[in-house]
Amino acid sequence: MEATKVLDAKGLACPMPIVRTKKAIAELQTGDILEIHTTDQGSKSDLTAWAKSGGHEILKDVEEDGVIKFWVKKGE
Amino acid sequence: MTMKAMTPGQVAKKVINNEKLFILDVRNQDAFEDWKVEGHQFDYLNIPYFELIDGVESILDKLPKDKDILVVCAKEGSSVMVAEMLSEAGLDVSYLEGGMKAWSEHLEPVRVGELNGGGELYQFVRIGKGCLSYMVVSGEEAAVIDPVRMTDVFVNFAKEKNVTIKHALDTHLHADHISGGRLIAQETGASYWLPPKDATEVTFSYNPLKDGQLIQVGASTIDINALYTPGHTIGSTSFIIDDSYLLTGDILFIDSIGRPDLAGKAEDWVGDLRNSLYSKYKQLSDELVVLPAHFMIVDELNEDGTVGKKLGDLFKENHGLNVDDETTFRQMVTENLPPQPNAYQEIRETNMGKIEPDSEKQREMEIGPNRCAVR
Repeated sequence: MEATKVLDAKGLACPMPIVRTKKAIAELQTGDILEIHTTDQGSKSDLTAWAKSGGHEILKDVEEDGVIKFWVKKGE
Repeated sequence: MTMKAMTPGQVAKKVINNEKLFILDVRNQDAFEDWKVEGHQFDYLNIPYFELIDGVESILDKLPKDKDILVVCAKEGSSVMVAEMLSEAGLDVSYLEGGMKAWSEHLEPVRVGELNGGGELYQFVRIGKGCLSYMVVSGEEAAVIDPVRMTDVFVNFAKEKNVTIKHALDTHLHADHISGGRLIAQETGASYWLPPKDATEVTFSYNPLKDGQLIQVGASTIDINALYTPGHTIGSTSFIIDDSYLLTGDILFIDSIGRPDLAGKAEDWVGDLRNSLYSKYKQLSDELVVLPAHFMIVDELNEDGTVGKKLGDLFKENHGLNVDDETTFRQMVTENLPPQPNAYQEIRETNMGKIEPDSEKQREMEIGPNRCAVR
């Protein structure tokens, strides 16, 4: 999947992954895709809830070797 | 203004003393609805932290001026962020130290009463998760019953009391939390007792708890008398201590009864559950004080922070003991059951010794309420 931007939030604890994600997505255009890497297990439910409330779409998420990767498409 | 940390112990005191507290829970709505810090006099506002990253102005008028405010999140980080913003906006606030994870692990020892020959019975209230463990102290010896994963608390408590833990007992193979029984036995040299019918798949050696087994604690005449009461699990065993207390495990709670489905055998075990509750317990003295392994709602706490009630009162008041029709009973405990506890299969396998998750994984597995009851 072609991401417009990649955010490395590995090693950061809650709330930083979401704080950084919010900032990163603000700099993108509607329809752009942000790829996020995090090691915080709590990020999964938090990113899902955040995306829902902000009108963004999580296209895909995978977990490899303790790193969770998300692809988020920016909403309107 | 100021921001302070509030420890789980301080919050537990507020629950037990019936104090007021305003909780701003900044976790997701799902997590909040599933499980929260409960108190008789607590008020709540749930706003996820990610909606407050740009500022807290939008919620300032929703926060009370006349109550202590506690900001709560899963692990602490987000609550500190929000509490800092609130304090910059001029409020005095606290955050929950260690978040819901620490809340889930806090144990509050409460004295239940006296036993023969100056012995004592303590209840360890795991207030965030609703687990109840017990320690019988007698002479120079102690026995722990249904101890939870935080084994240090029991070992240190025994040290303070100058007693040696001789026995660790589990009423059944738990599905909602990881037992500390085996670990305590390893650390202290105590015997670990488990009902054999729940232990058919365990990977370690143990002492079988059979119906009628007597276990003596100390030099005095305190007996732990095992009574086979299947239903929540096939091995579930109750204990009568000193002819005064009935430890019911997950068979009978104060306001509800045990669910029979956590090992996947609801249909098979419902008859056992009914027999244990309506026949075996019925033959016991009404004066026995029932001490369960769980509570589900904070209303089940007595004024002194203990959880317990006379068996006679429960036969009058507990709905689960007053369903005359067997078919209705069967439906009640097999249909419309609440969701299962978080990671209950993995927890059972851990308690059998089949898997050995690290401590961080164990904490994650135990997140959420215990959900062992059916009302």
